[in-house]
Amino acid sequence: MSGEVQASTEEQQEMQDTVVSPEKAEEVKLKARYPHLGTRPGGSDLLRKRLQKGQKYFDSGDYNMAKAKMKNKQLPTAAAEKTEITGDHIPTPQDLPQRKQSLVASKLAF
Amino acid sequence: VQGPRGGVGGGNDFQWCFSQVKGAIDEDVAEADIISTVEFNCSGELLATGDKGGRVVIFQREQESKNRLLSRGEYNVYSTFQSHEPEFDYLKSLEIEEKINKIRWLPQQNAAHFLLSANDKTIKLWKISERDKRAEGYNLKDEDGRLRDQFRITTLRVPVLMPMDLMVEASPRRIFANAHTYHINSISVNSDYETYLSADDLRINLWHLEITDRSFNIVDIKPANMEELTEVITAAECHPHQCNVFVYSSSKGTIRLCDMRAAALCDRHSKFFEEPEDPSSRSFFSEIISSISDVKFSHSGRYMMTRDYLSVKVWDLNMENRPVETYQVHEYLRSKLCSLYENDCIFDKFECCWNGSDSAIMTGSYNNFFRMFDRNTRRDITLEASRENSKPRAMLKPRKVCTGGKRKKDEISVDSLDFNKKILHTAWHPKENVIAVAATNNLYIFQDKIN
Repeated sequence: MSGEVQASTEEQQEMQDTVVSPEKAEEVKLKARYPHLGTRPGGSDLLRKRLQKGQKYFDSGDYNMAKAKMKNKQLPTAAAEKTEITGDHIPTPQDLPQRKQSLVASKLAF
Repeated sequence: VQGPRGGVGGGNDFQWCFSQVKGAIDEDVAEADIISTVEFNCSGELLATGDKGGRVVIFQREQESKNRLLSRGEYNVYSTFQSHEPEFDYLKSLEIEEKINKIRWLPQQNAAHFLLSANDKTIKLWKISERDKRAEGYNLKDEDGRLRDQFRITTLRVPVLMPMDLMVEASPRRIFANAHTYHINSISVNSDYETYLSADDLRINLWHLEITDRSFNIVDIKPANMEELTEVITAAECHPHQCNVFVYSSSKGTIRLCDMRAAALCDRHSKFFEEPEDPSSRSFFSEIISSISDVKFSHSGRYMMTRDYLSVKVWDLNMENRPVETYQVHEYLRSKLCSLYENDCIFDKFECCWNGSDSAIMTGSYNNFFRMFDRNTRRDITLEASRENSKPRAMLKPRKVCTGGKRKKDEISVDSLDFNKKILHTAWHPKENVIAVAATNNLYIFQDKIN
């Protein structure tokens, strides 16, 4: 019985929060769509993703860190991006997409 | 409160008018054409843009002729060149974009102009010089460059300088490479005109403009264990007058001011600017939207301005515990944070700028809207960069976003905003009321109406 009373107070607090803060309402919406979203808001996961921008292929440091993590805990996996190929194969120069040089002049210059 | 006459940036009769628009009209925007940085030089005579394709285009203001009484000089193309190329770092398996992150002009010291352009990894010093004469009458070669037969040369002549069509040449004079493990977000020329700083996510380096094989690391916030990483450097700038002072902002909404006289490695700040947060209002989004995307000193050097996702704040350098002014850019987005997180817009990095007298500030928003705030009158205005309003000297009409309930005529509702039309980069002429606004692949130039 007391548990139910406690739950309804929490619900009331949450309702109050959504009325008071649009930001908290948005947070509730987000958590509803992604229940496994990291408990640390805007934390290391986001930052590390930012630092790794441009990283295309597997390297040995990545592999060792991933191995160490697997031993300790199961991390929530972010949605796998189609362009990232990590851990699947070792790249060779033939695999790499050819980067075309920008030979065209800027359209601002006309 | 917005009056019908705008009135931001100057006196009460102030009006912004369309001046020029540059770039392609077609709807299909090539990624390479997206403008990534805009910067006036110190006199305002030149305006540089950098794009995702690694190209720089420099516009020059034409001399004001007596015939054109109703408008100031127009900006025409002066020079364009390929600054950076895409690269692949095989050792780190890292793709390096050619996108120009920042351009900063050096103060002009002779006839040539110098600028620094930076992509994620490399900074280059470019010299832009004019050539309007060429030598004719060489002894050892013909006019078309072919070497003359040595045995045919019987007389000696002195080459003569002849006028030629103006040619503007851009040449890379220095390449500052291999000093950044992470992605460069800022460069800033020091007031000593000898050094400049470059900042990436975790480190800031100090360079001498003449020396490319060495730079000093002045800030390093990389933790010993990357698992402990909690914040990154988002922007950095040198103080406009005190060559020993610089600031850097973080993804946690804080700014640190450092004094290079205190230590070689400025890991310990001299001043720490942070606005206290109400813990009860904290949400998942709090840290993300507090991340500072740009920091700019005022021309006076007394204030600095920071841009976070929803607001612009002006700080007095003498007061660390809170900003002296806060301006809401698009507060109506606070109730849209969930979808803005999902479409990644919440990570958009907006820049901000001061006008020449520090009386007004400007920053961009979505739907090709940009906002201006007058610090004295506290008036603000929302304007739009659009080809629909692009007749010469057409006055810009203030725009308004409707947040709830009844939408008035001419207002636009929050749900109708186009979040793909972002104005991230704007620049204000250092002396006059002329502004450059980058809207994806188009560059708009607006100026005040001459009364």
